[in-house]
This record gives sequence, C-alpha cells and structure tokens, in this order.
Amino acid sequence: MDPWLAGFAGGLIIGIAAAAFLLVNGRVLGVSGVLGGIVDGSGRGSLGESIALLAGMALVPAIAAAIAGGTETGLTANPVLLVLGGLAVGLGTRLAFGCTSGHGVCGVARLSRRGLTATVTFVGAGFVTMALLRGVLGVI
Amino acid sequence: MRPVAAFLIGGLFGLGLLIGGMTDTDRVQNWLDIFGAWDPTLAFVMGGAILPMAVAWRVAAARGRAGGAAALGGPLPEPRDYRPIDRDLVTGSALFGVGWALVGLCPGPSVAVLGFGGWPAWLFLAAMAAGMAGARFLRRGLPDPDPVCG
Repeated sequence: MDPWLAGFAGGLIIGIAAAAFLLVNGRVLGVSGVLGGIVDGSGRGSLGESIALLAGMALVPAIAAAIAGGTETGLTANPVLLVLGGLAVGLGTRLAFGCTSGHGVCGVARLSRRGLTATVTFVGAGFVTMALLRGVLGVI
Repeated sequence: MRPVAAFLIGGLFGLGLLIGGMTDTDRVQNWLDIFGAWDPTLAFVMGGAILPMAVAWRVAAARGRAGGAAALGGPLPEPRDYRPIDRDLVTGSALFGVGWALVGLCPGPSVAVLGFGGWPAWLFLAAMAAGMAGARFLRRGLPDPDPVCG
C-alpha cells in the first residue's frame, strides 16, 4: 500500500477509536493523560478503565505484528537517548496536559486554542531539534 | 462494561497507530526532518484522525446540550478549554517536541510498541513515567484536580 494511503487509513482508525472513547466512555482519549493519571494518582477514579485502554493498545498491535511476521521499528538502542527522550516526553506532556493524541488529534479536531498552541509548539520544537541534531551535528 | 469498551477501543487505537506508521520511529523522525529526508506521511495520519473526531465533538456537543450522557453513562466532556493558555502549556509542549525528536516516540506509540520493541521500548516507558511523576513538582499552578486532557 502507498505509505500515504496507509497513513490516512491508520489515522482514520485512530480517530474512530478516539471518537468512540468520547461518545461511549465519555472521556477524551489522550494517552499522556491516561498514563499520567495512573502514575501520579490523579486518575484514581477511572483506574480500571485506563489500564484496560492501555492493555488493548499494547496487546492488539503486538498480536498484529506477530501475525505479520514482525514489524519495523527503528527504535534506538542508545540508553542515553531513550532516557533523555522519555523524561522529556513524560515531563513535557504532563506540564502541557496533553500530547499528540489529546492536543494534536482531540484538541485540534474542535479547534481548541490550547490544542492548536500545543500542536504548533511540539511539532515546531521537533523540527528544530531534528534540524540541529541531525542536520547540523549529525548525532541522531 | 466500561473496561471492556476501553480495552476494545485501546486495541483499535493501537492498530491505527501501527497501520499509520506511528510505531516506526524512523518514519516519525523523518517527518520531523524537514530539511533532510522529509516524509509527509504523518500529516496524513493526523488528518485522517482529526476527521472522525471532529464529527464526534459535534455529536457530543449536541447530545450534551440536550442533556444526554455518554453511552455507558456519565457526563460527556464539553468541547471547551478547561485551562488557560499558560507558560506550562508552551514550555511543556516544547520539551515534549524535543523528546519526540530524540527517540521518535510519543506516548501512544510508546505503549503500542511495547510488545515488539524489546527492552528499549520498556526503558523509554520507564523514563517517561518518571518524567510524568516529576511534572507535579514543576507545575506553576496548583495540582490539577481534574485529569481531563487538553
């Protein structure tokens, strides 16, 4: 399949899942919010639901990848990059109360001012980081 | 019933991430590499995801105005910003963008990749959880009483 078409199809599935979480469970599908709520205890009231969401999110792709005979992930094995990247993503998304799903998909879909601000900022920061670290320094 | 629905929805969401290429960190990093080998695929993922969600918000707003609830009960989130645009939103998002570029994973795909990404996926998740736990000490405002994302 054309990667653009696969991207659009994958996106539609993501959006349908987020739409279902809103209308069926009455919650915004923001993964950093769900994860962060478990980590810092603020999501105590919906713990079972949150864990079930994450379990499905991890299990179904694992099964699909096994059926497909493995899948490509270019994930780095550099522990310094993994720890720094993980810390930055965790801290940043919880300060901003949202990530690619909560702000980028759910927020932008209703033209939220916070969602649009966050999305422009994290995509912009990603562009700058990549330009510096890959384009100029050649380290990632 | 709520956890069952959440499990199925999570599975669907993870499958979408896999099909859309969000678990392929090379693809994500190339999408951020606008001056290099730029790969526009992720813009199509984003666009595809926003369409059903835009419809869902309209349905939720109409249902909410009519006094309706979510299908499994409980109030529907209102389509409004629960917080102002503040410094935490901008600095947090900038920090997130840096981390996203460093590894090529954002929170959703970091969960979806756990079953086939090996130990690096688990190390990233542990570091991300530590960062999330630390956020409450750096927030300028009061701790958030309402965990609504957005």
